[in-house]
Amino acid sequence: MEYNVNDKGFYGKFGGAYIPEMLYPNVAELRDTYLEIIQETAFQEQFYYLLKHYVGRPTPLYLAERLSEKYKAQIYLKREDLCHTGAHKINNTIGQILVARKLGKKSIIAETGAGQHGVATATVCALMGMDCIIYMGSHDMERQKPNVERMKILGATVIPATSGSKTLKDATNEAMRHWINHPQETHYIIGSVVGPHPYPAMVALFQSVISDEIKMQLQQQIGRENPDYIIACVGGGSNAAGAFYHFMDNKDVKLVAVEAAGKGVNSGQSAATTALGTMGILHGSRTLLMQTEDGQVTEPYSISAGLDYPGIGPLHAHLFDTKRATFYAVTDENAMKAGIALSRLEGIIPAIETAHALAALDEMQLQPHESRYSPQQARRYYSSNRDCPRPGCTR
Amino acid sequence: MNRLDEVFQQKKANILSVYFTAGFPGLTDTIPIMTHLQDAGADIIEVGIPYSDPVADGPTIQESNQAALKNGMNLRLLLQQLKDVRKQINIPIVLMGYFNPVMQYGIERFCQECHELGVDGFIFPDLPMQMYLDEFKEAFEKHGLHNIFLITPQTSDERVRAIDKNSDSFIYVVSSASITGAKTGISSEQEAYFQRICDLKLKNPTLIGFGISNQETFEKACKTAHGAIIGSAFIKVLEHSKDLKTDIHNYIRSVKKAHENIIH
Ligand SMILES: Cc1ncc(COP(=O)(O)O)c(C=O)c1O
Repeated sequence: MEYNVNDKGFYGKFGGAYIPEMLYPNVAELRDTYLEIIQETAFQEQFYYLLKHYVGRPTPLYLAERLSEKYKAQIYLKREDLCHTGAHKINNTIGQILVARKLGKKSIIAETGAGQHGVATATVCALMGMDCIIYMGSHDMERQKPNVERMKILGATVIPATSGSKTLKDATNEAMRHWINHPQETHYIIGSVVGPHPYPAMVALFQSVISDEIKMQLQQQIGRENPDYIIACVGGGSNAAGAFYHFMDNKDVKLVAVEAAGKGVNSGQSAATTALGTMGILHGSRTLLMQTEDGQVTEPYSISAGLDYPGIGPLHAHLFDTKRATFYAVTDENAMKAGIALSRLEGIIPAIETAHALAALDEMQLQPHESRYSPQQARRYYSSNRDCPRPGCTR
Repeated sequence: MNRLDEVFQQKKANILSVYFTAGFPGLTDTIPIMTHLQDAGADIIEVGIPYSDPVADGPTIQESNQAALKNGMNLRLLLQQLKDVRKQINIPIVLMGYFNPVMQYGIERFCQECHELGVDGFIFPDLPMQMYLDEFKEAFEKHGLHNIFLITPQTSDERVRAIDKNSDSFIYVVSSASITGAKTGISSEQEAYFQRICDLKLKNPTLIGFGISNQETFEKACKTAHGAIIGSAFIKVLEHSKDLKTDIHNYIRSVKKAHENIIH
């Protein structure tokens, strides 16, 4: 398990918990208890019950035939967009709110960029009858208005973050400040594999249901567990961590992480952390981040609020550092094109975040011999295996 | 001898430590502010290294950080400004800030230069004890620099004792669960917490910070600790000041009113 977190909370050189003492008791409590809580039978039962009946898991693994045709590869879409509330974010919020309840917390705070994590948090708070405060950059509140409305309907209070570039980084700062001010009654549901240990590890664990299902579904559909490639976009990196999780130790599976290049990696308006970043401390972990020579965090830019973040989770920094994953940076323009292309080819309108991952297909130059392109074979398996796999826990 | 050690040897009560953000209100105000603080009777000066994302700070200090960065302040420039500081300032100097700029500067080089400049210690709110012990203690100690830890109302007695054991100058007692500048005044609940810390009979002296703004709060803090730290309230004085020297003297005098005769 060379890509798993070690007992000090590090992935290789990256990770740890660089937090002010005010947060130490909360973070230490979580660190010391989260695995035990998650492994309890009652927790497992409730978590998987909710994933199945509330979230709608397993999500389909869909062979995108016309997209496959275009790239001469056999391309499957893991349809996390069909989760309740419209993104993978809810896998994590269900897990964390159950942990928060177990810890006796009364209220929940969260940061959000695109608003997906905010909506997923507001949703589980409504479900569990807990108070919910969401911090969101005021710029993001403008560009993601419908999600702001959804959060309000769900009963959450949305507080604008007005510092810095008024986006995800600033919302995270404000959420941390709120947590410092209300440490005892509040749990902070971080929305990606970022933050101090144990957050990156805990969020990755909750999202690992994605690769759990991919394995089972691939087995059922085409008789093999492992794809040649897994491609995912990386804001903080939670959907990517979940999709990579059970494949990380199998080097035959190539991992492809896609960041937002904004207006171009060298345009000065970008969020391509691995291309532009260096090691430093951001939001409690040592990771790669975009910063000045003087160690000031650089304001990122991407058309996609969910990818508009100057860092990446420590796991991804480690995957990059060890070259286990290949990183691409996709511009606003190419992401938009890829999003439209998928919409027209498959009748699926992807999130602008996801569209970045799709655009990487243009840069990867897949070789047909590599990708074992065979829609016919895939269809055969589809018709012989109608049953959906159960979301079992393989941990 | 480290000047922090000296101060705590000489003075057992009513120690006043004052924080300001380097580069605020003006880029070149660093040395003048330090001089006025010393002349006005501050015992320790905490010089803030401005940072883009100060998560433990409230709006007042956040804004002073932003303004300082806008003025062009950075760690390299600050160290340059402090080059001859020991020709004028003889009270302890503590640098306070977030750890990332220091990490980028290089720990060894930073400690070496701070030692040469006559800096006495550091406060890094986002460098927890274990990280410090594992990775940075050696470099700090090699250059005779003290690292100062924070404790809060939520810090368990057990951890307070561990922090005490690993501290070598004073302990920064954060007065309430809050970011800087969030609360004013001191409640009876807070006083009970100060008493609890006092009763632990720690080996290190304690200074209480966060929410100390005037004579009343300073005196309350000094009842159960060796002194107190003022941050946001002093930044507000600087923010509105038209004459730094007069305003700093008046402010410090107003805080220390009752103790003036004892100290000087
Ligand atoms: C659909 C979608 N994908 C990806 C992301 C980026 O987050 P992460 O990198 O944690 O998966 C977001 C964030 O809002 C999102 O809404």
